[in-house]
Amino acid sequence: MHAAIVFLPLIGAIAAGLFGRWIGDKWAPIFNSVLLIAAAILSWIVFFDVAVEGHVRTIYLMNWMDVGAFEVNWSIMVDQLTAVMLVVVTTVSAVVHVYSIGYMSHDPHRPRFFAYLSLFTFAMLMLVTADNFVQMFFGWEGVGVCSYLLIGFWYKRPSANAAAIKAFVVNRVGDFGFALGIMGVFMVFKAVSFEAVFDATPDIAGQSFNFLGMNLDIMTTLCLLLFVGAMGKSAQMPLHTWLPDAMEGPTPVSALIHAATMVTAGVFMVVRLSPMFEYSPDALMVVAFIGATTCFFAATVGICQNDIKRVIAYSTCSQLGYMFFACGVGAYPVAIFHLFTHAFFKALLFLGSGAVIHGVHDEQDMRRMGGLWKKMPITYAYMWIGSLALAGVPIFAGYWSKDLIIESAFVSSSPMGGYAFWLGVGAAFLTALYSWRLIIMTFHGRTRMSDHDFDHVHEAPKVMWMPLLVLAAGAIGGGVLFVNLFTGHGGHEFFGHSILILGENVIELAHEETPFWVKAMVLAIVAAGIGTAYIAYMWKQQLPGLVASMFRPIYKFLLNKWYFDELYDWMFVRPAMRLGHGLWKGIDGAVIDGLGPDGIAAATLDIARRAKALQSGYLYHYAFAMLIGVAVIVSWFLFRVWG
Amino acid sequence: MTDWLLSLAIFLPLVGAVFLITIRNEDKEVVANNARLTALWCSLIVLVVVIAIWVMFDPSTAEFQFVERRDWIPAYGIQYYIGIDGISLFLVVLSAVLTPVCILCSWQAIQHRVKEYMIAFLVMEGLMIGVFCALDFVLFYLFFEAMLIPMFLIIGVWGGQRRIYSAFKFFLYTLVGSVLLLVAMLTMYFTAGTTSIPDLMQYGFPPEMQRWLWLAMFASFAVKVPMWPFHTWLPDAHVEAPTAGSVILAGVLLKMGGYGFVRFSLPMLPDATVYFTPLVYTLSIIAIIYTSLVALMQEDMKKLIAYSSVAHMGFVTLGIFALNQQGIEGGIYTMLSHGIVSAALFLCVGVVYDRIHTRLIARYGGLVNRMPMYAFIFMVFMLASVGLPGTSGFVGEFLVFIGVFQDNTWVAMLATTGIILGATYMLWLYRRVVFGELVHEDLKSILDVNRRELAYFVPLIIIVLVMGVWPDPFLNVMHASVENLVAQVQPAIDMAQAAGN
Repeated sequence: MHAAIVFLPLIGAIAAGLFGRWIGDKWAPIFNSVLLIAAAILSWIVFFDVAVEGHVRTIYLMNWMDVGAFEVNWSIMVDQLTAVMLVVVTTVSAVVHVYSIGYMSHDPHRPRFFAYLSLFTFAMLMLVTADNFVQMFFGWEGVGVCSYLLIGFWYKRPSANAAAIKAFVVNRVGDFGFALGIMGVFMVFKAVSFEAVFDATPDIAGQSFNFLGMNLDIMTTLCLLLFVGAMGKSAQMPLHTWLPDAMEGPTPVSALIHAATMVTAGVFMVVRLSPMFEYSPDALMVVAFIGATTCFFAATVGICQNDIKRVIAYSTCSQLGYMFFACGVGAYPVAIFHLFTHAFFKALLFLGSGAVIHGVHDEQDMRRMGGLWKKMPITYAYMWIGSLALAGVPIFAGYWSKDLIIESAFVSSSPMGGYAFWLGVGAAFLTALYSWRLIIMTFHGRTRMSDHDFDHVHEAPKVMWMPLLVLAAGAIGGGVLFVNLFTGHGGHEFFGHSILILGENVIELAHEETPFWVKAMVLAIVAAGIGTAYIAYMWKQQLPGLVASMFRPIYKFLLNKWYFDELYDWMFVRPAMRLGHGLWKGIDGAVIDGLGPDGIAAATLDIARRAKALQSGYLYHYAFAMLIGVAVIVSWFLFRVWG
Repeated sequence: MTDWLLSLAIFLPLVGAVFLITIRNEDKEVVANNARLTALWCSLIVLVVVIAIWVMFDPSTAEFQFVERRDWIPAYGIQYYIGIDGISLFLVVLSAVLTPVCILCSWQAIQHRVKEYMIAFLVMEGLMIGVFCALDFVLFYLFFEAMLIPMFLIIGVWGGQRRIYSAFKFFLYTLVGSVLLLVAMLTMYFTAGTTSIPDLMQYGFPPEMQRWLWLAMFASFAVKVPMWPFHTWLPDAHVEAPTAGSVILAGVLLKMGGYGFVRFSLPMLPDATVYFTPLVYTLSIIAIIYTSLVALMQEDMKKLIAYSSVAHMGFVTLGIFALNQQGIEGGIYTMLSHGIVSAALFLCVGVVYDRIHTRLIARYGGLVNRMPMYAFIFMVFMLASVGLPGTSGFVGEFLVFIGVFQDNTWVAMLATTGIILGATYMLWLYRRVVFGELVHEDLKSILDVNRRELAYFVPLIIIVLVMGVWPDPFLNVMHASVENLVAQVQPAIDMAQAAGN
């Protein structure tokens, strides 16, 4: 059964990818969707099996690499943490598959699209079921490639191609750290399986080793290297730049890969490696710092974006930041809980915005929308549910998980706790603000579309809105239903050995010791955010423009996403190109070839030309030369024999 | 009982070549067709023989197997002495796999002097297999040098416009290296009194002498690999060579350098190897970063892949000189993987070159619109070249990293930047060639890969994936030989460390 969950999507990918031509445009999507639904159902069965019965197991598939001490297997490990990921991945994936039948119905390359989607799901499942670092890396890079393929799915668009490459390369920068981390783990532990490494960690903790000529703490170095991978995959500052561009892909892709699953792999990794991170307070501080900073930074950018998908993309970035700082303060179960609820409401928001884009005929700029709510009431309702959950309004899913994260940061004794707490609160305000800005700009007010276009706006077809019911249910009930299981008293027990927390149990503290004013303040902040959105975008519409012109530099700074792209272009892309060109023409061409083969060839010709001059044709010239030669040889011999 | 099998694999192609000479007919087309078919069948039979050798190979021992030993020039103790171990086996297999592929891909691309072309390839196959089997230094040298002749001809006769320049550059470089290899060989012979490679491995040359010998051999092998800064012949040779020439060049010829290090430098000159490791590390790192950057700016597809080959071979030399099990096996595995993947990438270029007759990247774009199968095939090999886990490229590269990291973290860190740069230039190449709108007029009627082309692409794809997911059948065969090799070098490492402390 466990193997079936992982391999059903692979079967779908192969079928649609290689034999899509024979299966047909109509049946390939349906076939893949059925496989995914089956995988999702099995995942829920496994989830209850693990959650209730506690059946943790590892299934050995086959040997992968086995060189000296370096032994790696293909296997499927299902523990509590994996079980949560399994249901998240397969459920959202199944919903996205079904939704895509409608969304992609006009696309001529449907089998290819579904092949990529299923392949992605397979890679993601390999990632979460890995029992060793290298298989995790396989899944890690596998999802990266599928993301690359899907972002660039509309291959005729230059912008999509550029975004795809950017996503892959920036992820590779993260993977660079991840790979070095794995090498370091192997060097230190002589093993790469989680079990062996985690068992040996307490002995290694506190020791130091030589890395790049410096004497560094082993656990901190390894954790930080691995965390670089997490930063890349989860779009954390400063490796976040690929995520907004990734919105070039079809919207279902954004929902599945760039909201619910792949980008959460970084969080999953840190939680999976909690037995290592727990032994490095310094690394945890960095995690908290990066998470909190990203969480705030992305939210500030989110309020200035006009592309509906980019707003949600920055929101994803920001929410991932919450999850990371939750890990950083030691509240891993809450991070996973937020990952779980976020998957539902964020996928809902994305697919809802996809329905909007679909309904208004591929317009993504919110400045050219407005007043849509009457035309698409179902989508409107979905967007409300998603936004309520995202902003953390009580009862909705996000409320339970996000507030707990903020509270955990508050009660935590981590040095980064205060920093994370205040930025988290600030981001909560901004989250509410940009969420309602999105709703108001899209659905309310007078429409800014032409009459003709507005008349053609239509509600999403059934095949698209029906599957979203699952996500809406998750966005409403996912928090209240699972809060006790994941994080309630004794929540730590649910995760069993899959998560290690060494110090204080932050969640327990957060439940018991959070003062009332903190809870009240967070709620007030959210209400203020929503209120601000109404004031600024509904009632006093000249206000945003006024603010923007008053604080022009700040506004431009935010609008241009803190100038990260420009900075990287200036720092890395251009120098690399210039260097490449210089090395090619300058060193390869001028120096090596110039002094080497071409130079020797020229010199040879030159000597030959001079030698030609020697051949004068006069006999006495030759005789004289011969005489000199004989003299030299004879004297050399004489020296050799008697010298 | 099976000692004749290797000789069969070496001489069967040569016999086929001789047979080809006898094909005569008034009609040129008939001659050409017969030549193609004969060469193909001959190379396929060799492939079967080689696979049989692989199946019968005993992976549990580091001893040479299928050994055949006869007196050749008894006056000097020079013998016809051949045999293989876990290191050379796969290079023999690689040669045997790529030759039929070469013949298939030249089926229509080569239209003049077809008979001579096929003769050149068959002769080359025999010599390639001979190089990897030879256990006598003189015999090795003979094969090693003789190989240059058919390659030189293939570039010089069937090459592009600047073929003469490239052929001479290629010849000049390799010749300089060869002369020094000859000097090293003679010195070894006069010192040890034997040319038997297994005996030389046991001899133990004095450390002072080792360094000179090592440098002399290094000159030859570094040119073949090619290592920076001896690499500039490669892009030119590739660009001018016909597709099949590039396939052999990238697939097998470059591996002779790496093989030379593993077969000669490491076991025969362990002290010098340890002494010169920093040099090799430095040159390899430069190769990886430098050539990746240069590859980024190439406008010619073949040149780009040629430069990427230099970068990949940088991983090979790094792994070999990590001098531990993971590194060396990773290095050898990278050689195999690169042999398949870069060969396949050159084939991919060949497919469109045959149709449009240009290699300029800017002349392509949007091929996926007309050639979906081609796009898929190219994608697989592009990802394998980038070292995606699940493809052969990853296994080799990652083992190299693992091996090097244990020896030197700086080197490992710098080498790992290669995975970022590699992704950059390959993805960008792919985007410019395959993705986008179909703009150029002549591309609008281009045809997708045909059956003949699929016949060699499909097996190569399968090999790449199997090697990526289940490398055990390959690695398993290497273990004993590499363990033995590491054991031979270990005392030298220990001594150097003791001296360092």
